[in-house]
Amino acid sequence: MGLLNDLAKDRVLAVQEFALMSARAVRNIFRPPHYMVDVVRQMDFIGFGSLPIVILTGFFTGAVLALQMSKTLTTFGETSLTGQLVMLSLVRELGPVLTSLMVAGRNSSGIASELGSMMVSEQIDAMRALGTDPSKKLVTPRLVATVIMLPMLTIVADSMGMLGGFATSFFMIHMNPAQYWTSALHALEFEDVFQGLIKPFVFAFIVSLVGCYYGLTTRGGTAGVGRSTTQAVVAASVMILVSDFFITKIILAVLD
Amino acid sequence: MANTTPRETVVEFDRVTLAFGEKPVLEAVSFQLEHGETKIILGAAGAGKSVLLKLTMGLLHPDSGRIFVLGQDITLLEEEELFPIRQHFGMVFQEGALFDSLTVGENVGYALERLGEIGPEEAERRVREALQFVELEHTIELHPSELSGGMRRRVAIARALVSQPEIMLYDSPTAGLDPITSHRIVTLVIKQRDVRRVSSLLVTHRVQDAFEMAGSYFDPGQEKLLPVSGNGGGRDTHTRFLVLRDGGIAFHGRLEELLAQRDPYLQKFLA
Repeated sequence: MGLLNDLAKDRVLAVQEFALMSARAVRNIFRPPHYMVDVVRQMDFIGFGSLPIVILTGFFTGAVLALQMSKTLTTFGETSLTGQLVMLSLVRELGPVLTSLMVAGRNSSGIASELGSMMVSEQIDAMRALGTDPSKKLVTPRLVATVIMLPMLTIVADSMGMLGGFATSFFMIHMNPAQYWTSALHALEFEDVFQGLIKPFVFAFIVSLVGCYYGLTTRGGTAGVGRSTTQAVVAASVMILVSDFFITKIILAVLD
Repeated sequence: MANTTPRETVVEFDRVTLAFGEKPVLEAVSFQLEHGETKIILGAAGAGKSVLLKLTMGLLHPDSGRIFVLGQDITLLEEEELFPIRQHFGMVFQEGALFDSLTVGENVGYALERLGEIGPEEAERRVREALQFVELEHTIELHPSELSGGMRRRVAIARALVSQPEIMLYDSPTAGLDPITSHRIVTLVIKQRDVRRVSSLLVTHRVQDAFEMAGSYFDPGQEKLLPVSGNGGGRDTHTRFLVLRDGGIAFHGRLEELLAQRDPYLQKFLA
């Protein structure tokens, strides 16, 4: 019972620490000093650095969606709707979620291991000793950079997915290109785009802050860094998938 | 050189207690560090020596008791309120804690960035001066990964000294180093004490370094250490010892008093 009690206390304390760190990171956006060079450096690393995996993920997701959809739609003689289904699946759901999962895999782990290494080698303490707030210097630039870049990466993934879907439709299903693009573009409405962009915006908070939290709470030397890295990816991925359900539910309720 | 006038207290611990989980690391620890004094902290691994240094700088907060720095109670100060206090400190961490992504010059100049009144030219001059002090000016463009362990430790000393702090905190600055590099670092510490009258708390496991600090002074004319027992004329090096045991203070006093102790725990340190 005592063990269960301690575990529950640890969990509650972790949630509290995470909430406090997140609140401080957001508050820092409006309070100087602002580390713009660090923001740009992180945008380059998180945004441009993630481009290859996002392009590949987007393209092949679109391609496989078109393949699956066309097979099902052939049964009903509606292969012309392939473009529409690929577009809606990508923009509403798969684009934001898969992009965020890929970026979480690359960057939540990267952030956790970088900050974790700084933690165990006392660089974070040295930073504090030299008069710099690690929250302002390390957490806020990563948060801002991810919030700016993740929606952009999602747009890239969606576009590549449509291209992948088109490639499958044209080369394998031998569909008319005009039919694919017309069906896809006509299906798209404001609420789909809104939903598709609000999700990566929220997921950006998860990707960056979960990585920072696990990094800054790293204990136990290099083994601790490895543990934090794994935990960051698992926690960020699960939180993305769980929050996706609730965001979708809220958006559908608001827009209906 | 013996000073009989009352000296200003720069750091004071008043019944400070800190526990990690169930285990108290420090329990009702009280001591004072006076201006110009060097206090050498000894103790077994896990005795709370590094924790004591971090408490002094406000990097950790005590569970109970109070800590005063330059007359100000820092016990309950928030992180942002502590930044002006920390400007009075320089700290050398156990493994140097240099920033991997910055060059040696950028590491040393890091503390000057937040001091807005210092221009880039003046900052560079002070960085070079600090690196000259530790005889590593030629490494200014290198990254910490390109330096040896001893060089990293000396760069860490330069980084701590560049803003000319009133109080220095050294966390095992000679741990794991060869005798030549250790002697060089001890000389730098003594030079700070005797030339700039910097107050210091120094954690070490190497008793020979501690004895050298208590028994030597820096002669600026000859640019080297001399023993106080020779031409030093028995001068006071303002060096005191603080030995920690099981979270409390086992001994606090001068080298001669420490050498006269018969306590088996203290004897182990002197062996």
